[in-house]
Amino acid sequence: MNIDKDLVAAMATPLVLAILLEDRSYGYAILKRVRELSAGDVEWTDGMLYPLLHRLERLGYIRAEWGASSEGRRRRYYEITNAGRTQLAEQRKQWEAATRTLGGLWGLTTVPVAGA
Amino acid sequence: MMTETPENRIQEWRAAILRAPAVDAGDADELEAHLREQIDDLKATGLTDDEAFLVAVKRLGEVDVVTAEFAREHSDRLWKQLAMSREADGAGGSVVAMLAFAVLTGVLIQVGRLLADAWGGSETWFVRDASLFVLPVLAGYLAFVRRMPLKPVLVLAGVVLVLAVAVNVFPFESGGSTDALVAIHLPVVLWFVVGIAYVGGEVRSSARRMDAVRFTGEWVIYYTLIALGGAVLIGLTALVLSPIAPDAIDQVMLWVIPSGAAGATVVAAWLVEEKKSVIENLAPVLTAIFTPLFAVMLLVSAIGYLAVGIGLDFNRDLLTVFDALLLVVVGLVVYGISARNAGPRSSLMDVLRLVAVIAAIVLDVLVLASMLARVGELGFTPNRVAALGLNIVLLVNLAVTAWLIAGVLAGKAPALRVERWQTGYLPVFGAWALAVALVLPPVFGFT
Repeated sequence: MNIDKDLVAAMATPLVLAILLEDRSYGYAILKRVRELSAGDVEWTDGMLYPLLHRLERLGYIRAEWGASSEGRRRRYYEITNAGRTQLAEQRKQWEAATRTLGGLWGLTTVPVAGA
Repeated sequence: MMTETPENRIQEWRAAILRAPAVDAGDADELEAHLREQIDDLKATGLTDDEAFLVAVKRLGEVDVVTAEFAREHSDRLWKQLAMSREADGAGGSVVAMLAFAVLTGVLIQVGRLLADAWGGSETWFVRDASLFVLPVLAGYLAFVRRMPLKPVLVLAGVVLVLAVAVNVFPFESGGSTDALVAIHLPVVLWFVVGIAYVGGEVRSSARRMDAVRFTGEWVIYYTLIALGGAVLIGLTALVLSPIAPDAIDQVMLWVIPSGAAGATVVAAWLVEEKKSVIENLAPVLTAIFTPLFAVMLLVSAIGYLAVGIGLDFNRDLLTVFDALLLVVVGLVVYGISARNAGPRSSLMDVLRLVAVIAAIVLDVLVLASMLARVGELGFTPNRVAALGLNIVLLVNLAVTAWLIAGVLAGKAPALRVERWQTGYLPVFGAWALAVALVLPPVFGFT
């Protein structure tokens, strides 16, 4: 199953931030992690990740620095910032509310209702 | 001779990425590192060099699409560069369509000019009908690009046909003022046809009407820029030709200027669409700059007029000047609200807008009052009726606008009301222009 393009676009920011919350990473590894997590459901044109990363950097959610791979190849590493963590927490709340809403209709939810 | 080694192909790909102005060397390094790592991983699964390269490039995405995305994020690197990166949904055909329609109107205007010459140099006919050779083609281009359904297209074509026949069967007196009024108002009516084509016939939707308004503003800016460039080109051409063929200059101008001006209408429309997503809209920016300046100017003028009075040297053309002034104020309001959704609203801007609108109303009422007091002694002429009518149309618009902006500032009315009012009022402008073009001439006996 392929997730719809618009939905992927909406997921992209929290997905990247959540992956970077695990550890600092670089473009190719982030995409590998996305494929692994979604088992191929999230179809992403690889090149589109970089403009997104640059935007998140501009917004101050992540920080970038040049490093090198073990084979000595030049590589740009990204790391989540405090602002990024706050943003991710906020987005997470929204996604939980969204899945809870739909899950309530479809009877699929495993997300506990807050305060219940 | 260069062989197609894997290394060469990576370098070629890198060069293709770097050709896009929004991609810098660092971005290319990053993308290249990605490509190389992907190739290595693919080769580890047993693919050949060639296969791995092709799959890796495919996964990164088409160069055009990826670089367009970079352009969106790094529009600051572009600064109004006019090199086109094609849109994702295959806008390649749009260039051909644009050029075809631009050439069409460029040719039509020459046919019109030659016909005018052939029929004994009826200059006024050509001036009056010039817009008929241009704006319907622009509307046709937009209808074509929007894939407008056939029925509304036929309706619009019918409207244009009726207008064209009507203004040409009218027995205008030569040098009469109704003739000149039609020449001014016909393009306005036709612009409404263009606007309807731009929104693909969805004229009822307030949001789509606002889109048409935005389009108009951006189009004017692009057209002005093209016209400036064209003027430089024409000026230099004349200077370059003058030593060798001074007699040819007039002929060259006669062919180049009308066709260029006509074709540029389509090119400007295409530019508005093509650059819409990459570069911030310019009309709201200009509005933000000029709203405070006009507010000050109008306030000072209103105080001056109130203090001194306008009894002395009352100029009959003053009403036209005030029509232009009110039109500018309406424009400032409309383009100010067209940018409203872009970011958090500043109530300071609303205050300035209100000051400008109220000052304009005060000024206009003063002029109108002294004008009406003299209508008895001056009498109604076509020009005066047209100027007075437009003035009233604008005054009503601004009076309600002032009321609504005050409501917004007081927190009583949502800002959307101002937008709804403006978009809802658009047909009134169209109807007035139509009335001047079709009703006024017979009423005044085509004088």
